[in-house]
Amino acid sequence: MTQTGENFPKLNKAQIAWRAAQDIEDGAYVNLGIGFPELVAQYQVEGREAIYHTENGVLGFGQAPEKGKEDWDLINAGKKAITLKPGASFFHHADSFAMVRGGHLDVAILGAFQVSQNGDLANWRVGSKGVPAVGGAMDLVHGAKRVAVLTEHVTKDGKPKLVEKCIFPLTGVGCVTRVYTSLAVVDIKDGRFVLHEKLPDISFDDLQAMTGAELTGKDTAGDLITPDLAD
Amino acid sequence: MDKSIASLSDAVAEIDDGAVLMIGGFGGSGAPIELIHALIDRFKATGHPKSLTVVNNNAGNGKIGIAAMIDAGMVAKMICSFPRSSDPRAFTEKYMAGEIELELVPQGTLAERIRAAGAGIPAFYTPTSVGTELAEGKPVGEFDGREYVQERWLKADVAIVKAELGDTYGNLTYRLAGRNFNPLMCMAAEKTIAQVSHLVEPGAIDPENVVTPGIFVDGVVEVSNPQQEEVLVREGAVYE
Repeated sequence: MTQTGENFPKLNKAQIAWRAAQDIEDGAYVNLGIGFPELVAQYQVEGREAIYHTENGVLGFGQAPEKGKEDWDLINAGKKAITLKPGASFFHHADSFAMVRGGHLDVAILGAFQVSQNGDLANWRVGSKGVPAVGGAMDLVHGAKRVAVLTEHVTKDGKPKLVEKCIFPLTGVGCVTRVYTSLAVVDIKDGRFVLHEKLPDISFDDLQAMTGAELTGKDTAGDLITPDLAD
Repeated sequence: MDKSIASLSDAVAEIDDGAVLMIGGFGGSGAPIELIHALIDRFKATGHPKSLTVVNNNAGNGKIGIAAMIDAGMVAKMICSFPRSSDPRAFTEKYMAGEIELELVPQGTLAERIRAAGAGIPAFYTPTSVGTELAEGKPVGEFDGREYVQERWLKADVAIVKAELGDTYGNLTYRLAGRNFNPLMCMAAEKTIAQVSHLVEPGAIDPENVVTPGIFVDGVVEVSNPQQEEVLVREGAVYE
């Protein structure tokens, strides 16, 4: 655990990913967004088996191959080399997104610039400058049975990432149901942020002060406890 | 029937100025590098084809393939989901200079628009992009209490794809994750040319294993031991 600028304890990325992994059930079909969410696969709960989907047409991929053993025809959506697990399959892009949009995926876990209290997600661009790129994010948020987000609770300069209304361009409207942050696990229910768990060393009021919209669930929230993990 | 084509230059001879050209692949996987480079050769020798609209998931990487087409000045417009890569300089420079047009399409919508064209379905409704800037100007319909955006089919004049096995009837198989957009693009183009690593006689591919049936393919050209885009980019290869 590390300290925030205001000396609050916070979870590192590995710990946030670990916490998200605890909610992935045995037998789940899972899509992990490029980057930070990919860490979740490292903390799959023992005794449970998840099958990982990647947009470019693979179900059942495993870890990266050893360096030098890459076959660059076998990659994930992040263009990284992968390996296959027994029982893997290949399919074309339309079938891949039929799995997504058709409601066949159990969980999609994505990163975020901002999440609003009604579950809107902004994670694809922060302004109108530069070259826009969307990839499969807009498809994923409207397909998986459960869409969760991994994120720092606040930005590097201390601004809330959980907000009343996203100011960045939206990826999807009303799509996120749970947010795993560096300080808390927050559910989105009926247009409100409902605290599910928070770090025991942070008071509800301190957490509210770092959240850009009203937090409910003060009396029902549990403790967010993770093992010590190196980032 | 024999759909085999003797050379790469013959394979790309009938792509016209202003054509909508689908190019298979996702990143470097399944990208028909030799067909792309043959097209660049033709452009350098004749000035044609120019002003192409290229459909691909990405917009080129490094100094080869689609990036080399963009650098050569053959591409007027990209239709793609993710015009970024480990080295997106070619597209980024032209885009920032206003010299290339971009139609940005969510990846699943791009795949389904291509599939719809191949299946003869002019439009469809999808939940993807509802309420976002990529849905602006598109009709929205409500079905069973939920909003969906209308998207139109995406057809091409020509598709160039990469396959593993191909027979002289045009039946194709793919290698690993190199399948991606390739089978869809075969369906959506007026004319589809496949480069195959192994050209075989009809019957050599088990019918159970055919991924793209030959009805979707017009020409097959053999490229043994094809180059792989990602490997070339990592080597710093340049195609000029």
